[in-house]
Amino acid sequence: MRNGFKLPLLPAFVILYFVFLYGPILLIPIFSFNNAAATTFPLAGFTTKWYGQLPGNSALLTAARNSMIVGVTVSLLSTLLAICAARAVTRYRFRGKKTMSGIIMAPLILPEIIIAISLLMILLQFGLGLSLFTVILGQTLFCIPYSMSVLISGFEGFDRSLEEASTDLGETAFGTFRRVTLPVVAPAILSSLLVSFTISLDEFILAFFLSGTEPTLPVYIWGQLRFAAKLPSVLALGTLMILASVILLTVAEIIRRRAESRRLQYEHGTH
Amino acid sequence: MNMALTDPPMISITGLSKYYGNYPAVSQMDLDIRAGEFFSLLGPSGCGKTTLLRMIAGFVEPSEGSIHIDGQDVTGLSANRRPTNMVFQNYAIFPHLNVEENVGYGLKRMRLEKAEEKRRIGEALEQVRLSHLGGRRAHELSGGQRQRVALARALVMRPKVLLLDEPLSALDKKLREEMQVELRSLQKAVGITFILVTHDQYEALAMSDRIAVMFAGKLEQVATPKEIYQRPRTRKVADFLGGMNFLNARLVGERAGTVSVEAAKFGAVNLSKPQGFTATNGHVTVGIRPERLRLLWDDDRAEHELIGRVENRAYFGEVTHLTIGVEGLEQPLSIVETNNFGADDLPIGADIRLAYDPDAFVLLAEDEAVKA
Repeated sequence: MRNGFKLPLLPAFVILYFVFLYGPILLIPIFSFNNAAATTFPLAGFTTKWYGQLPGNSALLTAARNSMIVGVTVSLLSTLLAICAARAVTRYRFRGKKTMSGIIMAPLILPEIIIAISLLMILLQFGLGLSLFTVILGQTLFCIPYSMSVLISGFEGFDRSLEEASTDLGETAFGTFRRVTLPVVAPAILSSLLVSFTISLDEFILAFFLSGTEPTLPVYIWGQLRFAAKLPSVLALGTLMILASVILLTVAEIIRRRAESRRLQYEHGTH
Repeated sequence: MNMALTDPPMISITGLSKYYGNYPAVSQMDLDIRAGEFFSLLGPSGCGKTTLLRMIAGFVEPSEGSIHIDGQDVTGLSANRRPTNMVFQNYAIFPHLNVEENVGYGLKRMRLEKAEEKRRIGEALEQVRLSHLGGRRAHELSGGQRQRVALARALVMRPKVLLLDEPLSALDKKLREEMQVELRSLQKAVGITFILVTHDQYEALAMSDRIAVMFAGKLEQVATPKEIYQRPRTRKVADFLGGMNFLNARLVGERAGTVSVEAAKFGAVNLSKPQGFTATNGHVTVGIRPERLRLLWDDDRAEHELIGRVENRAYFGEVTHLTIGVEGLEQPLSIVETNNFGADDLPIGADIRLAYDPDAFVLLAEDEAVKA
């Protein structure tokens, strides 16, 4: 029987869900423009001075530079390694393939702090000093599964006869890679670069354990939280990082979807 | 096309084998293909025809034997250095390039002048009637258009041999029949040697100058379409190319090129011996195509007649397939009748008379491979 007085439970749930999820995050940009050191309501007026202070902060600039170095290196490394693994998984049949991909994907489900602690123990055992290099090692390990999943879905659509057609038309192995393989899988590679860069930029636990005296941005922010007076500029920095992450991930997703839909369209036309 | 049998062959295959483990995909094959010929490799899936094509293209390395193209030994040559080009089964159109860029792909390496490159691309597109779609991307093309792009992309290279791997199998029936005619006339126009791989016997019959029928990695027969259909050498070939009534017969006389056999109800007939024919203790198999048996109506009379009864009837629009039981024959006979005279209305169980022409019988050799 229809009930005219039915409560709109589902819409209410969805609204609550979004408020719970994004409300706190929304507070960060709001307070970053608030003209007061304390993060309390009512707001004390609009200001951009916290943003203005950022470029003058040399410790912050160093941390930002560290994050860029780590992010770029990690995204290149993890994408490069994942390209090899994803190509092997999608192209060849070999013993232990499932086990191998399972092990590569494991960091996705292992608690990050366990990975961090075990890496720390091993690195210290080998006598490697903590530095950006050790952060890069740890984060690369952590990013490879993400790169893998993006790349596998890209490579699975790659039709091997395209490479044969190129060879047949007189092209060399390297020329085929440059003129056919690379351009066709480029969207997946770009998407993997962006995703792993974004993950590295936001990653805290590994960086915290492995960075030693060279903090990345998240580690720097964590350090600043001890000083109440520094909070507003941390919020300003946080706002910028949220913005960067959202933009990068959106671009990555758009690239991936566009390539996917073109592929589906093509396959649909063939059959 | 005027081809002397003594011309040096465009492709010469000698003792060619390909083993996958112990399994012979192609086994000890000898085959010559003439210049300018439209040659088909016909056989069921798994018979090795695609492996053979890919060995000619250079994608599969032979286990033994050699391949010569236009007098040059290409056996050890990689695919990108062979004077062959291929139209792939799924067309393999480069998805990131438009039609013109696809067609011009192989020309890029030749470092032609821009104008010359453009002219050749235009010419190739015109040959396949796609000039108006030069700017389209692969995903914006229909199956038939993709096939034309693949064709143009190969033809623009002016290969000595064009290889086609089941190029029409992805198209629907009507388009497929149109493309058969078009491919055939295109081949005659450009004069390039075409090698077509297909499992469709009608496609092979309609398009080829010669057909090689393959089973289990071996050639069963190499001949013109007419000869393959009318004078199949073995039971397998006869069976693969359309319907055939097989009859057990007895050898009653043998001379140089011909034999006399006697089949139950049909009496004695003289037949020419197929290549590789040997009679095992006097028992042989003969065959007659269903359309070579004819129904006799009312006052029709024929020199050679049989009496039978309709056991089954299947209506196919333009023709009707009838199964006729004849007393004294182990198997009922299949016949195909056009529907002009009411074969489609014959009731099951009706008594009818059949006419046959003794010249329509073929003597079939035991199934074993032939050297072409």
